[in-house]
Amino acid sequence: MEIVLALAIGVLSASGVWLVLRPRTFQVLVGITLLSYAVNLFIFSIGGLRIGAEPILKGASGDVAAYADPLPQALVLTAIVIGFATTALLLVVILAGRGLTGGDHVDGHEGGGG
Amino acid sequence: MTSHLIILPILLPLAVSTLLLLIGRRRRLEAGLALAASAALFAVSLALVFATDGPGFAATYRLGNWPAPMAIVLVADRLSALMVLLASTLGLLNTAFAITRWSRIGPYYQVLSQLLLMGLNGAFLTGDLFNLFVFFEILLAASYGLLLHGSGPRRVVSGLHYIVINLVASLLFLIGVSLIFGVTGTLNMAVLASLIPDLPAPTRSLFHAGAAILGVAFLVKAAAWPLGFWLPRTYDAANPPSAAMFAIMTKVGIYAILRLGLLCFGVDAGPSAGFGWGWVFVAGLMTLGVGLVGMLGVRDLGRLAGYSVLVSAGTLLAAMVFRNEAVLAGALLYLMISTLAAAAFYLLGGLIGADGSDEFEEPSLLESYDPEGDGLFTEEDERAVSLTAPVGILSAGFLICTLLIAGIPPLPGFLAKVAMLAPLLAAPEGPFPGAAVVLATLVIGASLLSLIALARAGIQIWWGEPDRVLPTIRVGEAVPVAVLLLGLLILTFTVEGPLGFLQRTADQLLQPAQYIESVLGSGGRT
Repeated sequence: MEIVLALAIGVLSASGVWLVLRPRTFQVLVGITLLSYAVNLFIFSIGGLRIGAEPILKGASGDVAAYADPLPQALVLTAIVIGFATTALLLVVILAGRGLTGGDHVDGHEGGGG
Repeated sequence: MTSHLIILPILLPLAVSTLLLLIGRRRRLEAGLALAASAALFAVSLALVFATDGPGFAATYRLGNWPAPMAIVLVADRLSALMVLLASTLGLLNTAFAITRWSRIGPYYQVLSQLLLMGLNGAFLTGDLFNLFVFFEILLAASYGLLLHGSGPRRVVSGLHYIVINLVASLLFLIGVSLIFGVTGTLNMAVLASLIPDLPAPTRSLFHAGAAILGVAFLVKAAAWPLGFWLPRTYDAANPPSAAMFAIMTKVGIYAILRLGLLCFGVDAGPSAGFGWGWVFVAGLMTLGVGLVGMLGVRDLGRLAGYSVLVSAGTLLAAMVFRNEAVLAGALLYLMISTLAAAAFYLLGGLIGADGSDEFEEPSLLESYDPEGDGLFTEEDERAVSLTAPVGILSAGFLICTLLIAGIPPLPGFLAKVAMLAPLLAAPEGPFPGAAVVLATLVIGASLLSLIALARAGIQIWWGEPDRVLPTIRVGEAVPVAVLLLGLLILTFTVEGPLGFLQRTADQLLQPAQYIESVLGSGGRT
């Protein structure tokens, strides 16, 4: 399972980095989204990989080792919500840029120079 | 009551921004409420500074009254209180300046300003890494809104770059935080600092990797070389009061590096002591150099101010590496004064700039590029010098800003540089031999080069174009700038008081063991 997860995170981040460096705004947006998927998976995996372990302690006592760490799950939830909101904001800015500059180049015009 | 003082700088802007949303478009009410709230926040942060200057080490606020290792804590030590005071000072100026004109070119200006203040104050006060991330996102989201306020292609395009860069930096932040959490099992800064000396060797290298990635994220926020090329263009595109407010945003990155660096990689950190400081020093020197070259190269006021922000960030990054009490105190004074001076410069740029409500075109250059050089010197100016009132006021303000930013004697910019450089040369224990001399040379050279750049801009504005039509100035905009500049002038004579406080702040920063004790021990005032 570790190798599958590691591959998934690696492929997502590699594609994300490549797309973020592209000159079209839509590619950048998709790149950011892929990167944030990779990071979310990474955060999720830092508590250790487990199958069928629950994050909530049942009863007054129990062996803590049998449960999953709930904190990374809480962290990844926060990260997903924040990432979703900021990506939505970025999408609005991209659409505004499309309307104002008439193109979808990240610099607002075609060709070199800033 | 004192205990709740710590959370007030976060709750007050949050409550006010909600109220501002509710009252909608009633301009007078909105302006009055925003101004009153900013003034109240300023008073609260002053009270917080005085409260933290007492005998106790640091005051902690346990949210939900859960003990510190379990839940999130807010920690107010002198550095936090100082930064909150700086943020609320800028917030008050920004609110007052924007009421007359800039808050009306689009909706929700004051709401976003209050949210930005909330994010800033939260980032300065929190004692938890993930909470720091959340407050960073709040302040960034508000800054996206403020940057785009007024719209226009220039703002949207540079806003796009700014948002993408900050989103990627936030992802790096998350990777760093989760690596650190995976290694140590905690996000509380005090617990983290107490665990570091005893980390086993394989875990320690993972922890270092996490801390380095986190550091890169902070350096992006601090606009350090080579991660800071977005700054001059972005700030130049923003409306002047927002740009003035953004002057503190690079300082958030610097604050985070200072706080976590001294906590986690200070003297008590065992094998980790001193990790990464050499890189920060090099990044600081390069930022300083790039800022100076930029200041000499640009030909419009907004970017000139942007590069001066880079100069100040670079100086601070390089100076704090020395981890010497006196140097840190001087650097903190420089941080306060350079931030306020940059803010004043942006506001002045707003007063001098175009008279229309907003300009959608490229900014007007101060001088057209003219390699033959006959635009400047051939024409003998026979006109009698007559300064009308606004020109007199504006040019006096420009002169004060120039002296502050370049750090030329009688003004406090000079005092701050002296307070930083004198102990720097006396205690040379930098990352490599001769580091102190290199930094001191660059900082003194920076004074000269900034003076040249600013004097050139001043000549272009006030003497170069006799036909230049200067806009009438609005009293509501001139008063905040005048008050700020007067305050900085008064600081020249009363600098001992603040400097004493800053020395106590630096002393506190160099005792991470006491910070840990005050957060985790029962001795902390709750």
